[in-house]
Parts: sequence; structure tokens; C-alpha cells
Amino acid sequence: MSGENVIEARGLTKEYGQATAVDHVSFTVGRGEIFGLLGPNGAGKTTTILMLLGLTDISSGEVSVLGFDPAREPLSVKRRVGYLPDTVGFYDQLTAGDNLRYTARLIGFNKAEREKRIADALDRVGLADVAEHRVSTFSRGMRQRLGLAEILMKGAQIAILDEPTSGLDPHATAELLAIIRGFKSEGVSVLLSSHLLERVQSVCDRVALFSGGRIALMGSVAELGREVLGGGYVVDIEADGAGLAERLALIPGVSGVEKTGIGKLRLHADRDVRPEAAAEVVAMHGRLKYLGVQEPSLDAIYTRYFEDKPREDRAMNAGARHAA
Amino acid sequence: MRREGSAFQGLGVVVLKELSDHLTSTRMRVLEWLVVLVALAALYGAIQQIKDTTAEDPFLFLRLFTTSRDPLPSFVSFISFLVPLMAIGLGFDAVNSEYNRRTLSRILAQPIYRDALLFGKFLAGLITLAISLITLWLLVVGLGLLLIGIPPGAEEIGRSFLFLLATIIYAGVWLALALLFSVVFRSAATAALVTLGIWLLLTFIWPVLAGAFAQVIAPIDPRYTALGLPTPATSEWEQILSRLSPTTLFAEVVVALLDPTTRSLGPIYLSQMQGAVLGAPLPLAESVLIAWPQTVGMIATAILLFVIGYVTFQRQEVRA
Repeated sequence: MSGENVIEARGLTKEYGQATAVDHVSFTVGRGEIFGLLGPNGAGKTTTILMLLGLTDISSGEVSVLGFDPAREPLSVKRRVGYLPDTVGFYDQLTAGDNLRYTARLIGFNKAEREKRIADALDRVGLADVAEHRVSTFSRGMRQRLGLAEILMKGAQIAILDEPTSGLDPHATAELLAIIRGFKSEGVSVLLSSHLLERVQSVCDRVALFSGGRIALMGSVAELGREVLGGGYVVDIEADGAGLAERLALIPGVSGVEKTGIGKLRLHADRDVRPEAAAEVVAMHGRLKYLGVQEPSLDAIYTRYFEDKPREDRAMNAGARHAA
Repeated sequence: MRREGSAFQGLGVVVLKELSDHLTSTRMRVLEWLVVLVALAALYGAIQQIKDTTAEDPFLFLRLFTTSRDPLPSFVSFISFLVPLMAIGLGFDAVNSEYNRRTLSRILAQPIYRDALLFGKFLAGLITLAISLITLWLLVVGLGLLLIGIPPGAEEIGRSFLFLLATIIYAGVWLALALLFSVVFRSAATAALVTLGIWLLLTFIWPVLAGAFAQVIAPIDPRYTALGLPTPATSEWEQILSRLSPTTLFAEVVVALLDPTTRSLGPIYLSQMQGAVLGAPLPLAESVLIAWPQTVGMIATAILLFVIGYVTFQRQEVRA
């Protein structure tokens, strides 16, 4: 294992007969990093995850998870990696605690350690007071949190989360993302997949955009934004003051000012010009009501990127869809 | 390529969990009550019949299992009918329910192999069946003691105990079949229907078909028919074919074990009868020897079915 990478995949490929679900995918995940596999359903995200866990055979390519080969040493990998499957299921007739107890015994924790870890994990995800309730009474958000509790209980070094936020309401999503950020603060690496770009944008350090079994783009959201959207910052400002637009246009680096509403302006610049803009407003005794820079949105990046792509890509997409 | 670690890591945990699921399930309670009630009915019929005849019989106790009185069948026929149903009832949704509840990928992401999960489910099912059958056996022996009032001899106990073991093996065959289809079919309903269909075929239709096929393979010789005898070649084929069904194997084992006068399970040739005292009981060891090939056949069937299920399961994709 080189450096601080916990997952290294090189030329990872999965073929189902004629169809190629994952086509020569290479990426690395660093320690304590949150890495997002993003892309439409059927793009090969889940298949990639299953190959990392040794749950499906690798057609060709190499992968190393914490220095282990998932195909040869699946137990070592699975002991150190927590996995939250797409729409995770639990034994409905058992309580939340008993479900975790079963997993804990499969992992091989002794009784005292088991109970302590389970109590801690349930507490962390906010399910401590329903620990003895049957899972059949749980909402979808609670089940997802129970799935995260399982990973916490396991003490995993890598958490692999497949579509953790799909089907959740905004409140439950926010709770879940907060727990995922908590993983990062403990040095746990997170690999998460999602087709809901804007939801996971906020937590991912780096993302890989999947399309038709291949990684189309990879990097931090800001990098991708510059690469695909052609760079540039967009600063929104809401203030009053006559002639403000003209003065703002004189700030070095600003390439254009556009009026977006009464007292609302949008600056296009090649850098973050918020400090200068604020200074200008203050200098002319205007009242600053809002000042914000638009982060490049993954949705915009994604849409723009695939608009430019020829249609053949989409045909390949459809071919790989059966594997989802 | 050698795998790391033991294939049976986590086996005990899986067995205990599945066992507790079985023993607390409503399904199990229904099956147990069904078996107990049916056994009581059969026992009642048998005891009435035994009390009426009161003939000298050195193996009176074994008659408890085999005697029937119209309209009720004997305990043994009830068992051979109900045990497959119990086994299928416990096994038909063993694996596909994990898919449908979407628990499979989560469980397999723990440090265990699929081997442990499948074998654990089989063992738990078999232990559950063994527990109910042992209970049932004790119930019958106990009630028999109370109602007939004659204590069974050591050999009778031995024979009925071996019968219990054979019944558990027989249950294992059907459990392995049910488990196989629970792996093959994602829908539990399909798996249950197909398993029940095969059970019906092997139990009720196959004996008839075996006779028909035997006549095709070895046509009846009119010279034997003229003498009022079955054609030996045809009978032999019929027996070979009918033994493909575990139901036939089990029936033969039961006859050999519970009826000490059974000397052979196939057509008897004159050479076999030389020096035989007709109607005299065989020692236990000899009866076991007669039942041995059939017992091995049942064990082999169970192993074969389990292995097919195992290989299928290993090759399956875990995603739902």
C-alpha cells in the first residue's frame, strides 16, 4: 500500500457476458477522505462497490483495500470495512439492538465489548432510546441510521455507503450527512455512491462521475467546476447605492456585471471578489444585504458535461443498466 | 486460489440465530401442532387395533408405529407424509427471504463466507426438525407405554430409535431440496410451489410412472404372465426406478427396521430362501444391514442436493 491511500483501484473491470458493467475504472481514496461515486442508476457504481468488498468477482484489473486483495483475502477486507447497501434491510422481527448483536457476533466481538460498542453506536446515531424496539416499526431514515450504527459498531476504517440518502426526506438526509461528516472527523474514510448530486456535493472531498461504467470526471467539485464550466466565479450581491454596478465593474478581475433584480447584481470574475465588492459597497455608504459566491454545482457540471458528449455514451449507459 | 481463513467462521452464530428464528416462528408452532394432533390420531387408531387383536407378538411395541385402523393411516404413513411438508415449510424461504428483506448483502459484508450462511441455515433447519421429531418420538413411546401397559424390550427401543434417525435423515433430504430451490428462485412463493410440486411428483406420481417406464424398458414377458407371475426383469427395473424417489427409500428403511421379519426389500429369489425360517424375526444388526443401502442413498441425496444449492449460491450475485 503506497502512501495514505486506503483504496486503490486500477483498471477495474466487470463483465456480465457481453455487457460491460464497469469498464477499466481507476481511482484512489485517501485516509480520512470522503469520496463520492456519482452517476445515474446503472452506471456501475454498485458493481464497483461489490468488487471492492469481494462480494462479486473481478473480471480484470487490480484493487487493494487497506493493502488487502478483496478477491483473495475477503475476510480481512470485510473485517475492516463497513458497508451500507442500497436500501439496507434488517430482520424486522428483531429489535434494533438484536440486529446489531447478530452482526457483532458474526464479527466475533465478545459479550462485554459487544454490548458496549452497540450502546455507543446507537447513541451516536440517535437511536439509543429505540434500541429495544422492533425494526419493523422503524422509518426509512431510522433504518439507514441503524445501518450507519452497524458500521460504527464494527469500528470500520472505511465506510462504503451505497445510495445512503436516496428516498430520505430533507431532515433525515441532513442527519445522515452529519453522521457521515462525523466519520471523517474520526479519520474513517468514506466512499459513497449517489445519483442525487446536489445532496452529497456538500460532504464529498472528491468525486468521480460515472457514466456507462467508466469514470468520466474525477476531482474535487471546484476542480470539476473549473474544468467543465470553464472556470470563473459568480458572486451575487444585494445592496443599494447609485452607480454601484459601475463601480463594481472596475474591480480588477471582474469580467461582467449583470442586474438580476432590484438592487441585485451578479458579478462574473476570475477569482473570489467578495472582499473587494464588500469594500466598494461600504465605501459608498451603501447597505449590504447579501453577498455570496456560487459554488460550482455538480448538477450543472454533470448536465454540461453530458450535453457535450455524443449520443453513443448514452447508448452504452442503457446497455449497462441491467446491472443496477 | 486458496481462500483465507475457515469456511465455517461464523457458522455457530448463524445456526443459533436461525434456530431461534425457527423456534419462535408461528410457522413452526403450526407445524408442530399439526404433527402432534395427527400423531395422536394415528396412535389412537393403532392402540384400538392392538387392543382388539391381543395376539401373541414379540414386537407388540413396534406395532404402535405401523398398525393402522380405518379410516386412519398408521403413524409411519403419517410421518412419511408430514415430515417432507415440515421440512419444506422450514426451508423454502431460507435464502430468498434474505434477498427479499435485503439483509443478504449486509450480512455477507461481515467477515464470514457464504458457506457458513448456507450450511448454518441447513443445520438450523435440521436441528429444528430433529427437536420436533425427537419430541414426537418420546410422546409416542410414552403414550404407548401408558396405554398398552407393556414395557418395550431393548431391541424394540433400538429399532424405534433407528427409525427416528432414519426419519431425521429423510427430513434432511427434503430440507436440502427446499434449500436448493430457495437459492434458485428469488420468489419464496415460486420456491414453495416448485418444491411441493416435486414432492407430489416423487411421492404420488413417480411410483405409478416407475411401473410404466419399467414396462417400456423391459417389456412384460407373456410366459410369466401366463403363470400369473410378474416378469423379473420388469420388476427389477420398476424397483430401481422407484428407488429414485426418497419416499420409496424411506418406506423401505422403515419396513426393514420396524418389521423384524423383513428379509429382503426386493423380489426374493429361491436361493435367498434356502434355510430361512419363514416369519421368524431377524436380529437387529441384520435388519440394519438390509436398510443400509437405502439409508446411504438418502444421505447421498441430501448431500447432492445441498452441494447443488451450494454451488448455485456461490455463483449468485448478492445484489437484490
